[in-house]
Amino acid sequence: MKLRGSTIGAGLVLTVAALFIFLPVAVLVQFSFQDGLVPVPPFRGFSLRWYEKALENRRLIEALWNSLAVALLSSLVATILGFLAAHGLARRRAGWNRAAELLLMAPITVSYLIIGMGLLMTFTMAGLAKSLLAVGIGHVVINLPLAFAICYAQLGAHQVAVERAAEDLGAGPWQTLLLITVPMMAPSLGAAFALSATLSWDEFVIAFLLSRFDVTLPVVIWSMLRSGLSPELNAVGTMVFAVSVGALLAAELLIFRRLRGG
Amino acid sequence: MAEPFLLLEGVAKTYGATQAVAGIDLAVERGEFVVLLGPSGSGKTTILSILGGFIEPTSGRMLLDGEDVTGLSPARRPTATVFQDYALFPHMSVAANVAFGLAMHKVPNPERRRRVEEMLERVGLAGFGRRRIHELSGGQRQRVALARAIAVEPKLLLLDEPLGALDLALRRQMQEELVRLQKQLGTTFVHVTHDQDEAMSIADRIVVMNHGRIEDQGRPDRVYLKPASLFAATFMGESNIITGTVRARDGRNLLIETALGTLAVPADAELGRSISLSLRPEHLGLGPAPTGALALPSAIIEEVVFQGTHLRVRGRTESGIELLLRLPAGSSVGQGTRAPLHADPSRIVLLAS
Amino acid sequence: MTRPLSTRLFSFSPTPALIWTALFFVLPLLAMAAVSLTRRERGEIIATWTLANYRAFFGQGGGVFLQALWNSLEVTLTVTLLSVLVAYPIAYVLAYRVPPRWQRMLLVLLVLPFWTSYVIRSYSWLLVLSEKGVISQTLQSLGLTDGPIGLGNTRGATILGFVHFFAMLLTLTIYANLVQIRESYRRAAADLGASSLQIFLQITLPLSLPGVAVGAFLTFVLAIGDYVTPQILGGSRELLLPQAIMLQIGRTADFPLAAAMSMVLMGIVTLAYLLFARHLRMDRL
Repeated sequence: MKLRGSTIGAGLVLTVAALFIFLPVAVLVQFSFQDGLVPVPPFRGFSLRWYEKALENRRLIEALWNSLAVALLSSLVATILGFLAAHGLARRRAGWNRAAELLLMAPITVSYLIIGMGLLMTFTMAGLAKSLLAVGIGHVVINLPLAFAICYAQLGAHQVAVERAAEDLGAGPWQTLLLITVPMMAPSLGAAFALSATLSWDEFVIAFLLSRFDVTLPVVIWSMLRSGLSPELNAVGTMVFAVSVGALLAAELLIFRRLRGG
Repeated sequence: MAEPFLLLEGVAKTYGATQAVAGIDLAVERGEFVVLLGPSGSGKTTILSILGGFIEPTSGRMLLDGEDVTGLSPARRPTATVFQDYALFPHMSVAANVAFGLAMHKVPNPERRRRVEEMLERVGLAGFGRRRIHELSGGQRQRVALARAIAVEPKLLLLDEPLGALDLALRRQMQEELVRLQKQLGTTFVHVTHDQDEAMSIADRIVVMNHGRIEDQGRPDRVYLKPASLFAATFMGESNIITGTVRARDGRNLLIETALGTLAVPADAELGRSISLSLRPEHLGLGPAPTGALALPSAIIEEVVFQGTHLRVRGRTESGIELLLRLPAGSSVGQGTRAPLHADPSRIVLLAS
Repeated sequence: MTRPLSTRLFSFSPTPALIWTALFFVLPLLAMAAVSLTRRERGEIIATWTLANYRAFFGQGGGVFLQALWNSLEVTLTVTLLSVLVAYPIAYVLAYRVPPRWQRMLLVLLVLPFWTSYVIRSYSWLLVLSEKGVISQTLQSLGLTDGPIGLGNTRGATILGFVHFFAMLLTLTIYANLVQIRESYRRAAADLGASSLQIFLQITLPLSLPGVAVGAFLTFVLAIGDYVTPQILGGSRELLLPQAIMLQIGRTADFPLAAAMSMVLMGIVTLAYLLFARHLRMDRL
């Protein structure tokens, strides 16, 4: 009896949790198919016209490509820099190691808003224009600590021992890096890249502060929001959600499973 | 005298204020199986790392086969190491692991494949080449690590507590296989362990280390029976240590005053010196002293433990000295009884305090 | 030189990351700190050092800003507490009541909306909460209320939007901690006669606090610095600190004042970090 009671309780908790968590998403998705002008009840029938409208929105599509470029490039830079830093720091025991770790992790404790503001003021003072490049630089700043931490966690004593073994067998530093370290670290590098790309793809406030003419997707969505509720926004939101979830599931299947299994 | 195959001269290693290795000299002959034995922190692993080129000594130099290799990187040094946790490449197959060093040494492919097969066969893993590392048991991983290291035909094979992670039965078996392999290959082995049983069963020569220094070195039986230092006597198996003072010389014997009375021991030392005597438990006997034996005060038997091949007996003399004895399994010993003790004087070792 | 010889070749490798962080993180913060000590008069930034902006914030004239700071602290602390209360049961049920082979999948499914666009997520809540939204219309059709009720543009909406997001984050950190607690601890406690409640209070809960602490800290830091959720769901009837900062930039372009306010915000986060630091190990993330 006791077992049944706790099972029902557990089921109840999960059901309520799922309802709370999925309620806004469900409403978003449902009313993206609204055959009417407002994305609120009553549901007037199924239509794809808002998707068509969204896909014809040039500004939106441009922003999508911008977002994609910023996400991929900034994640690539963050992953490479984070990996190199972790690799270097894991292999030495210098006195200032701890200081370097703290400096590299510091951006994680500072709000995106402040990072964006600081960059905005610095670029303004330096006479640099707002641009996607500036946004990308900001995204590397916020993702570098994550990439570093993910790689650093994998580069323990065992990794050092394995690299020693490779050296011992005659491999040079570059051979060890390319034949041993990078392949062994591939799941971590993939995870760091996937996480960075997801966060960059979604980031609003830095992109908002540092871009002007060419903007990213969240910034365009933000400006569309000013004109109020619209099924077109629902359609855009549903597509963005689908892309994030698709990327996440792909990462889960291709990378994280290996990371845990490894 | 010919130059030894491997020579360490005044090798020291300090980390800040701590001294890991305190200026040691060590000579190893070609084809010798040397075991560095010591507790953790004794500097044995540091020496192995210096031999492998992973750590540069603070001072001193290292000659291998007549060549100064002190400044040579691990990659350029004709040594190979079997690491403590094996350090196998987890993303490669067994065969790729074994082939790695050969590829680094630019051994061409048909030859490489042949050598990999040969090495796997040597360590009893023929046909395992395509397995993944995580599919192997601990003992199998150990063999792969061994095959990988010997594949590059090192002049010197270094083994860093390679059997530590294995269970007792497997460890015994691997010890035998290591000795057999070493004799077949004729390669010089330097093996690090803290297990004195392991050291005695595999070594041609044991080097006992403590606090970064060599305490004793020699053939296992010599180091066991005639340890050169107090530390070597206690670290290599159990021993009763009795302190005393040299009082007089009587022919070939010294008369030594101890808590067990004045003992006549065949040894030589300066009169008046305080020394320690080491008595192995198996060199003590129970009952009246036979001829040639040294009579000791009687003791009360406090504990008798049956250990299969022998009895482990703890006694205490009237003066309160605790003595450990190892008696044949069939001996009749009554707990709580009082019995006279005797020792084999030729087995008593006199050590500087 | 105690390092393996060849690793010296790679001793330079942390340098690019360190330079990047120094140039695009440390330098901007220093620049902002410097700007916060200047004044803006008639659209020009005057480079004389002054505490005027901080006086404006904390002083008598700064009622609006100080109010925004209090609002932010109240909202953030409420959000942190509520999120822990919502997330803990979910994580607990996932870790202990769901068969292990389903756990991972259920967790991924449950926190799926975590990965939706941040802006879109807040917008979705607007669909639910606004005057014409799902809740209002449902209540009306059930006859439970006479006219439409607008739940948007309130502090409650902001808190709800925040809790929705951070409960998912906390579920992740608490779950990760719960599954690391060895089964044998709870078995041993049960074996020694502890009831289920006693086991929870004396074994599971204390051992899961690090996961709660990490999640709560992240919630605090991310929520107090967030502009999107309060702007979309809370509206501008009541300002939170990030909204007040953005107003200075957007409307009046008063960089020095915005910088000073950002420094205050950063000070609070640093304070929270120091308070939490003993319980936090960033490497657990």
